[in-house]
Amino acid sequence: MSINARKDSPQQTEFRQYCQDWLADNHPGEPPVRLPLTALEIMTEDQLNYLQAWQKSAYDAGLIGCDYPVDVGGGGRTDCQRVANAEMIAAKTPFLPNIIGLGMAAPTVLYHASDELKQRLLPRLFSGEDIWCQGFSEPEAGSDLASVQTFAERKGDKWVINGHKVWTSLAHFAEWMILLLRTDKSQKHDGLSYFVVPIRAALGSGVTVRPLIKITGETGFNEVIFDNLEVDDSLRLDEVGKGWQVAMTTLLHERGAGELQTPRSGGLKSKSSHATNAAGLLALARKTQRGSKPASEDPLFRDKLMRQVIREEALKQNQRRAQVPALLDHPMRLALQNKLLSSEIFQDTAALAVEVTGASGSLYLGDENAPAGGQWHMSYMNSYGMTIAAGTSEVQRNILGERVLGMPKSK
Amino acid sequence: MAQPKNFGFGEEAVLLKESAAKFFAENFPTDRLHALVAADSTPNRMPECIWTRDLWQQMVDLGWTMLAVPESAGGIGMPAVAVAGLAEELGRAAFPSPLLGTINATYVLAAAGRGAETALMDIAEGQSATLAITNRQGSWEAEDTDVECSGGKLNGTAWFVQDARKVDKFLVSARTEAGISLYWVAADAAGLRIHPDAIIDLTRDQGHISFENVEAVELTDEGVAALSKAFPAIWTMLAADIAGAAEWLLQATVEYVSVRKQFEHPLGFFQAVKHPLVNVMIQVDETRSLVYNAACAIDTEPGAAVKYAHMAKASASETAAFAASRAVQYHGGIGFTWECFVHLYFKREKHSQLLWGDAAWHRARLADILIVAA
Repeated sequence: MSINARKDSPQQTEFRQYCQDWLADNHPGEPPVRLPLTALEIMTEDQLNYLQAWQKSAYDAGLIGCDYPVDVGGGGRTDCQRVANAEMIAAKTPFLPNIIGLGMAAPTVLYHASDELKQRLLPRLFSGEDIWCQGFSEPEAGSDLASVQTFAERKGDKWVINGHKVWTSLAHFAEWMILLLRTDKSQKHDGLSYFVVPIRAALGSGVTVRPLIKITGETGFNEVIFDNLEVDDSLRLDEVGKGWQVAMTTLLHERGAGELQTPRSGGLKSKSSHATNAAGLLALARKTQRGSKPASEDPLFRDKLMRQVIREEALKQNQRRAQVPALLDHPMRLALQNKLLSSEIFQDTAALAVEVTGASGSLYLGDENAPAGGQWHMSYMNSYGMTIAAGTSEVQRNILGERVLGMPKSK
Repeated sequence: MAQPKNFGFGEEAVLLKESAAKFFAENFPTDRLHALVAADSTPNRMPECIWTRDLWQQMVDLGWTMLAVPESAGGIGMPAVAVAGLAEELGRAAFPSPLLGTINATYVLAAAGRGAETALMDIAEGQSATLAITNRQGSWEAEDTDVECSGGKLNGTAWFVQDARKVDKFLVSARTEAGISLYWVAADAAGLRIHPDAIIDLTRDQGHISFENVEAVELTDEGVAALSKAFPAIWTMLAADIAGAAEWLLQATVEYVSVRKQFEHPLGFFQAVKHPLVNVMIQVDETRSLVYNAACAIDTEPGAAVKYAHMAKASASETAAFAASRAVQYHGGIGFTWECFVHLYFKREKHSQLLWGDAAWHRARLADILIVAA
């Protein structure tokens, strides 16, 4: 990487123009349904159908999987996904529903699956026709992921799986699951193996998916129970006992620190939704009367509002500085902060929004007088999904303290 | 105008930052700093001004004091992002010098128009300077000064003047019948007296400057405009210094907690220590990112420079206080002593936290911009 930020290569320049042209003609327009804030909150088939149709058209146009090899359904380009992402976001497109497939399963499959499996799985993953989910966490294995107990017993060229996965977002829509499980009870990390499992096909015959209800009252994630599910050995990724290493590929990409850029689009909002960022918070403070004046005129609130504005700008500038090696002490130092900061900043912004609205902050979705329809409260509660999932904020701080600052490993 | 993605931090800026880091590491390691400035621990000692003129002369010879002087005035004309890189290394070394003062004066002079060209040439020739524009209350507003000028003579006192005893020239703001004017005054001018302040920071000196019928050359009668235009750079360079010093505190503390053992483990094994140090890192990085963004705005998006510089200094003041506090705390008993080097940086950061506006002051100004404008 040069000391200067990336300038578009000739290929990127041409591709950027192509993306802009295509998006100008093919933006899906106003959604017919109220969209959830993220893919993890998709609740209805109508929402899913609309979003899947968008993902398929973007894939067919070559805007998804751009940097993956052609023979697995990719675009065969070099460092072009970031170009497509920037253009999709600039065009305010809907988000992509197959978020776990694109962000976590695809790179893992690419780096660890057989050629045959890659060719079979990746095209339908990119197109969004197959939604993917992730089977990592268990009731007894949260932050301590390597203690998963779901067990696969070998029977010839088959494996028989029993166990219990939780917090499985999108499982109720998913065809496939990436599944971390145990094949050897006598070892911890080295007793793990990694599979891809067609859970939809096995519903009622070895797989049960049950919705979990979040603190907001919404569904969106699930528990998945395996009861003597038989899967073929050809669905194993990498060697038996190498599951932990495969899972690291998944987690690295989940944290946005992998080599492959995750396809991302977004920016399109339903009419009734509001911006859950500092700008949305400022707008809320301006129209919320506290006593005789708007909350935005109260010096104490102004101070708190500016703290959030500054943190949000800093996160944006961190992402910019992460691309300038001369201004980085450690190559992963900013990349590994990204998930931690974005989730905590979002949480604090939502908390402040609820606080700004005073007594009206007690009102929730069903109340016609609720500020912003009660969505700030829902956002605030949902923010805990972000500070807990994908490695809690506490685990993230361990990772940063150990890998970046080099402090001794904690238990 | 859109900002360049890489902050405009080009090859010259990289080389400057690297050579500054090397210069300070080779010539002025922390033990030398401590031996130089912390020889006397007496709390009520006479205010001192301790620095190394030979190293300063080397910095002048390297051109560092004239980086921000436009080429048209005989300077180097480097962008603010490059200067910020140098300021960050200066802070990392906690180096006692009038570099920031000279850079600050440069930005004001550059904003002061034709009348300031001769003064800019003084800096291009290697002279040092500092701002004498603050009143007794410590107001950071451009309009506020306790110095007056009438009939070409300055009277009154300028307060909180940084590195007052190290510089050749003062850039003074004074009230006239017409408003606020700026003046360029030699440190040895007749009627000018430097009264040293007893300050906590061992790596700086500070004073208040009294003027009694001091003959002065007016640079501009648009003093408020010139100062206001230069403030973003002044705040940003100090924020860069803070970020550098905070990084030193972070690294020194990480090193200590990785070695020092209690309860059979290095301190850094315990998350009660590890996690707050990660929070220090997060703060430092927030400040650094905002510093380079603000510096880049000064270079390429001047209309947004005030806003971004408020963000940078608000963040930096928080970082200064937090990094300083955690460094002493996690050094434990030794961190509480004079012999441990941490106090040098602790004190520099506490001084910098308040200088040119603390976090709440900058957030209040930022709110005035963002909330009124929208």
